[in-house]
Amino acid sequence: MKSGLTRELITMRAAREFKDGDYVNLGIGLPTLASSFVPDNVSITLHCENGMIGYGRIAYEGEIDPELVNAGSQPVLLKPGASFCDSAAIFAMIRGGRVNVAVLGAFQVSEKGDLANWRRLDKRIGSVGGSMDLAYGSKKVIVVMEHTTRDGQPRIVKKCTYPLTEKRCVDLIITGLAVIEVTSKGLLLKEIAPGFTPEEVQKVTEPKLIIAPDLHEIEL
Amino acid sequence: MNKIFPNAELAVTDITDGAVIMVGGFGVTGVPFTLIKALARRGTKNLTIISNSAGGKLPDIDISLLIKNRQVKKVIASYPVYSDTISVFEKMYLKGDIELEMIPQGTFAERIRAGGAGIPAFYTPTGIGTALVDGKEKRIFNGNKYVLELALEADFAFIKAHKADKMGNLIYHRAARNFNPNMATAAKTTIAEVDEVVETGEIDPEIIVTPAIYVQRVVKGEKYEIRFD
Repeated sequence: MKSGLTRELITMRAAREFKDGDYVNLGIGLPTLASSFVPDNVSITLHCENGMIGYGRIAYEGEIDPELVNAGSQPVLLKPGASFCDSAAIFAMIRGGRVNVAVLGAFQVSEKGDLANWRRLDKRIGSVGGSMDLAYGSKKVIVVMEHTTRDGQPRIVKKCTYPLTEKRCVDLIITGLAVIEVTSKGLLLKEIAPGFTPEEVQKVTEPKLIIAPDLHEIEL
Repeated sequence: MNKIFPNAELAVTDITDGAVIMVGGFGVTGVPFTLIKALARRGTKNLTIISNSAGGKLPDIDISLLIKNRQVKKVIASYPVYSDTISVFEKMYLKGDIELEMIPQGTFAERIRAGGAGIPAFYTPTGIGTALVDGKEKRIFNGNKYVLELALEADFAFIKAHKADKMGNLIYHRAARNFNPNMATAAKTTIAEVDEVVETGEIDPEIIVTPAIYVQRVVKGEKYEIRFD
């Protein structure tokens, strides 16, 4: 069976969206990996819901400060120019539109760019955390996720059936199979995983995809 | 006036059943573990806990202790459960043994900020169009919809800071700051657990994050080893 991009490659593709000078917030889980793949010629500042701005790579044994961790409780190191603030201030920045890019995980994204990422349908409880604030306030929202659920159901749907995080907020969807832009005309299939055809991607995507005239293999 | 208490037990001795308590911390950082332990020993019941999470990452020392003891009636949180562990909170919630009010993290922080700032309520865009703001008052400003959120206040705030002077001025360390300075402003009695107490005047006034006006009690915390895999 053919397989799409690995989790690492999905986040590597997401990191290519970062522009020099961007403030970037990485959601817990898969998006966190993107911090390892920032292109050399791009300088970004990582912004974290716990009040930390300007952190760098994961810290390893011998260099760990237990009070210096990212949103997923992984120890990290600081970069020169880092700063700290309290939780009310860090969310004022998010709501106030200071974060250029948020990379978030998702359970479902709709063709209008609605995002559902805080509670699974089969669970009676989930954790919203900062996802609604980030989805609302970030200038650009990139979703990274597997293209389908474990049992093969599309995660890109006409209408989200999972509880919503925010309406019409997603700009770009990056999965193991494709890079899809949310446009006012619909979902635009721009890049595709090596070895896959647009028909195969459409088969596991609920809404009708618009094929970009310059559709090409995913660029890493 | 001496704000320095010899131990955490004495600092929590007037907390009574039914109290509303803010507890600082984000994940494993900035959590006042020593004060939590003292309150667990005291056994105070029917508590409402306002904390970003409902514990579970470090269940032997975080607010899981209070929840396991059945001291907590209700938790107000933004991140109540983790995807990689099933906490004692989650088990009790699913059995209907504990109440939860979940709010987006930015709204959670701002409700606490407002509580400390004498602002009873505010309108925010976060959560519009989602189940989390069902039943709350909405209003249109400049063509966009906002939801009315009420301030949060507490009887006590348990906060974790790095250093206090004897007056109660506080500074924090790294990401352990998080909700602590906000919660310090929003409670009638703020109890700060710190790594170190220094003489008044030893902390540069320019770098004090929480001025002593917000801090009623200071306790030196126990040392906790936090392991990372």
